[in-house]
Amino acid sequence: MHLSPDELVIWRYGFVVLNSTIVTTWALMLVMTVGAMLVTRKLLTEGPISRWQGFLEIVVTTIQEQIKEVGLHQPEKYLSFIGTLFLFIAVSNLCTILPWYEAPTGSLSTTAALALCVFVAVPYFGIAEQGLGGYLRSYLKPTFIMLPFNIISELSRTLALAIRLFGNMMSGTMIIAILLTITPLVFPIIMNLLGLLTGMVQAYIFSILATVYIAAATRTRED
Amino acid sequence: MLHGWFTIVAQAVNFLILVWLLKRFLYKPILHAIDEREKGIAARLAAAEAKAAEAQKERDDFQHKNEAFDQERAALAKQATDEAHAERQRLLDAARKDADGLRAKRQDALRNEQRNLSQEIIRRTQKEVFAITRKTLADLATTSLEERMAEVFVDRLRALTGAAKEPLAAALTISVQPARVRTAFDLPAAQRTAIESAIKETFAVDTSIQFETTPELVSGIELSSNGLKVAWTIADYLATLEKSAGELLHVDAKADSPPDAKLAPVATSEAKPALEAVSSAPKGTA
Repeated sequence: MHLSPDELVIWRYGFVVLNSTIVTTWALMLVMTVGAMLVTRKLLTEGPISRWQGFLEIVVTTIQEQIKEVGLHQPEKYLSFIGTLFLFIAVSNLCTILPWYEAPTGSLSTTAALALCVFVAVPYFGIAEQGLGGYLRSYLKPTFIMLPFNIISELSRTLALAIRLFGNMMSGTMIIAILLTITPLVFPIIMNLLGLLTGMVQAYIFSILATVYIAAATRTRED
Repeated sequence: MLHGWFTIVAQAVNFLILVWLLKRFLYKPILHAIDEREKGIAARLAAAEAKAAEAQKERDDFQHKNEAFDQERAALAKQATDEAHAERQRLLDAARKDADGLRAKRQDALRNEQRNLSQEIIRRTQKEVFAITRKTLADLATTSLEERMAEVFVDRLRALTGAAKEPLAAALTISVQPARVRTAFDLPAAQRTAIESAIKETFAVDTSIQFETTPELVSGIELSSNGLKVAWTIADYLATLEKSAGELLHVDAKADSPPDAKLAPVATSEAKPALEAVSSAPKGTA
């Protein structure tokens, strides 16, 4: 019984460790990339399209719509980052129905890594949109007194992102593990289903929060 | 703790790689396909719109052509009708003219026929009258027609007076040529002598007389000199007869029967031979 897939080390050389989290992430990356390649290899631009193409188009356009609804007017710029956040978290959470699978998102390392990426991406997109001065000035709003609070808010929300996702995913895994020891088979299955739902909701929440942060950073002064 | 940081960095790198991979293999192709499809749809819509516009234009063209064609057809029909009317009028006029010509021709022919018939009637009547008279006279008085005609002529000559006598007397006097006595028949010597002496006595002139026989002469005996002539004539008889025959012919023509050369001389009591002086246009010599 271990709390995190980080603890399951497969290979180690010095400080380089290949644990279950990294390997599973690679596997997911491979599956997602190969799947995307297989589907997009023969895309049709007219006439009836394949079901997989239709599915992926729905996914991509829905993500775009969500980004636009949050307030980013050029969703194509942010689609790769936010879309990948959502898809990675969603796929890794959905795969919990597979036996012996441990979601990488149940590892604080992964969620921290994703939160770090968001933490870097927010100023990156903000500066790209408003320029360095414009972005830095957003820390002085509404007054310079708010500067420390803005900085604290920036750090704390990153931490919150990481902990929220980790806590939810880890707790789901833990609850199923505990229930398996004390209850018959049926109840853990229901919990597993609930875990799938929770995973999807967490994927949505994580990516939407990232979008909101980026939108706040890229919002121009007149907004 | 170092291992924990390594995993975090590795996961961050993994995530960034995944971002690139999905951008390369998922988002770009999918968005590109969507764009292409939307472009295709837009192009098809534009093409359909262009086609609709073209169809509308062609329909308008067709309607315009149709209207022009209708107008042209109506104009042609009107022209044809007018021409047909004109042609009909022309044909009617021509037919009327032809009919008029035919009628005039027929009338001319009828008139000619009537004239010929009346001439024939006159000729035959004269012949018959002379024949009857001759026979009657021979039967009743043992006198020849010729003798009797000569006697009547002589009587009339002698009876001439005044206005009827003087011009003729003057003509007989001034004429250098002999006076001519023309008869429809040969006059016997006795009658010639009687007529000669009657002329000489009546007009008191001594002129030579030349006797001629002219079968066509209608009047029985005719004396002419220097453009003036005196004749005993049965022209009145004949005129009356002609009139009666003409009436008869008229009735026949009315009854739509072909003109008949039937001779039915009807003598009236008023018709009688008259001796009259007839003035003909002086032509120097008669």
